[in-house]
Amino acid sequence: MAQTAEPKKIQATGKMKGLMGQYFTELMGEEPSGNKMAWCTSVGPAELLRAMGFDVYFPENHGAMLGATRMATDLIPLANAHGFSPDICSYLTSDVGAYLKGESPFQKLGLPGPPKADVLVYNTNQCRDVKDWFQFYSRQWDVPCIGIETPRSIGEVDLTIVQAIAKKIKSLITPLEDVSGEKFDMDKLKDVVSLSKECTMLWKAVLETAAKAPSPLTFFDGTVQMGPAVVLRGTTGAVEYYKLLLAELEQRVADGVAAVEGESHRIYWEGMPIWGKLRDLSTQFMELQTAVVASTYCNSWIYEDLDPDHPFMGMARAYSELFICRSDDYKEKYMAKMIEKFSIDGVVYHDSKTCPNNSNNRYDLPKRLETKTGKPFVVINGDLNDLRLYSEEQSRTNIEAFVEQLAGA
Amino acid sequence: MEYFCGIDIGASAAKLVIVDNQGHIAGKAMQRSGVDYTQTARTLLDQSAAEAAIDPAQIVRSLSTGYGRDNVPWSDGKMTEIACHGRGAYFHFQKRMTVIDIGAQDSKIIHLDAGGRRISFKMNRKCAAGTGAFLEEIAHRLALDISELNALAERSTKNEPLGSFCTVFAATEVLARIRAGVDVADIVRGAFCSVVNRIVEMDRVEGLLVATGGVVAHNPFLATLLGRALDTEAHMPPDPQYTGAFGAALFAMQQSRKGQ
Repeated sequence: MAQTAEPKKIQATGKMKGLMGQYFTELMGEEPSGNKMAWCTSVGPAELLRAMGFDVYFPENHGAMLGATRMATDLIPLANAHGFSPDICSYLTSDVGAYLKGESPFQKLGLPGPPKADVLVYNTNQCRDVKDWFQFYSRQWDVPCIGIETPRSIGEVDLTIVQAIAKKIKSLITPLEDVSGEKFDMDKLKDVVSLSKECTMLWKAVLETAAKAPSPLTFFDGTVQMGPAVVLRGTTGAVEYYKLLLAELEQRVADGVAAVEGESHRIYWEGMPIWGKLRDLSTQFMELQTAVVASTYCNSWIYEDLDPDHPFMGMARAYSELFICRSDDYKEKYMAKMIEKFSIDGVVYHDSKTCPNNSNNRYDLPKRLETKTGKPFVVINGDLNDLRLYSEEQSRTNIEAFVEQLAGA
Repeated sequence: MEYFCGIDIGASAAKLVIVDNQGHIAGKAMQRSGVDYTQTARTLLDQSAAEAAIDPAQIVRSLSTGYGRDNVPWSDGKMTEIACHGRGAYFHFQKRMTVIDIGAQDSKIIHLDAGGRRISFKMNRKCAAGTGAFLEEIAHRLALDISELNALAERSTKNEPLGSFCTVFAATEVLARIRAGVDVADIVRGAFCSVVNRIVEMDRVEGLLVATGGVVAHNPFLATLLGRALDTEAHMPPDPQYTGAFGAALFAMQQSRKGQ
């Protein structure tokens, strides 16, 4: 039997932790920047907010931290009791529970907790829950909550959609100026979009190193390394970090260094991470000599259509091209391409109970894709943050049985 | 003569099978899994070896499966119960088949091709509906021993399944039927139909239908109802509760021959 395995440490990670720590300190530390605070959805118009001089905070990042630290388990019930159903987004319920109890993983970093917003800016390209989430705080703090209502189940991202979304993004400028007291500057926006695009293309290159066999990194590494692409895109710090990380991974490829020793099978992870179980799952896959080399999730922060010359149209297209707001036909084609590109042997779908919008096994997609590609699949029932919805034993057996199947049992 | 051992430590019962190098069962034993899987495994090994009239040292290779597969220190390897039920069932029928294993805690649908290779599988969701635990709960509500269920279900002619997905809500439905004076046999048959419905809606069934596991071993009428629901005949291997352990023993033999 395989030995218990430890993930291979990526050396650049220390720099990333420093960068993230600095970002959190600037947002929540004792020395205020003097800038207004904007909350933004992770796939929202962060570039516009940065260009308008806001400090930008991403509560989904906090949600993931609450999940990864398993604090969510104690906090979700508080939000449930407050009136938020256990069936809705557990990022939302974790975060609201944390607010109600006054607890946060940031406190372990010596920081007080999430910063109070002056404005909350959402994009519903992911789901309606992000808007409901932001509106809770808008009511709590009596601050504006504005955003973009992106269509859902989009087939082709055509000019009609892009123009409508671009117009909507532009319409945010006046209310944001009212909050910040500063006038919008197009040149600043172009600079931020340029940096954001550079970050996102580097992040893409990082993830694509996993197309090599053996893969130099796994999905589980990706869930850690994606931090700057989510919260610091549009800054030079993120760009510099991904240059460093990419160089390390390219060196691993050149040296034939495998993230999973003895890589025998290659898996695509579809759906949300199970934040509180990432370590256990990573270990199980390593012991099974199986590398999870690609995911829709980590790829969700690649925005190739960002365009510094046409920032509004570029942002509109980039944020509407997102996998999560696309039609199943598009998703099927996208995944088929990924399966080929990353030499995938099988697909694990995470059916995340409280995240229906990012659980892509529910409309027969797995069967269709299996027929199209010949690659088998398995479905794991769980949740991004609510471990009450996760059965450890069933998941373990499902994964083990799936790898047995890939091995021809 | 060489011998091979398979042990299946399930959520409720632990089963051990010793086979000879022809795949014939030389000894077998079963008991509740209990709370000390390691001790249970040892006891079953000793009992089976005694039945086979061999010394456990004559066992060339052992393989464990089931929830407790990691708790058998003398096992030479492990595989999931999904693999082992498939292998055990295929040994007897050698056809393209769908194996439905209904255990105490979970149900599995396993698709095998004509050569016995697994094509796909599906386990029940995080829910006891469609498992032995559901029937145990219903028996408890009706103050019946679990061993009485099969005869009662067979006696009834009414197919009125309990409608709820949830075992707790289904138990509430049972209370409503008791209050309405419904015959106990009809309630039990309704529970059987409910288990069948939960399984049928899990996945497609293709090829020969083979039912394994403790629930159909003790309630063969449930397998009959399963076949009726799928408009086919449900086949059962000999000793269906031992199918996983038997499959594990066959894997042990195969691995031994491959020199693993």
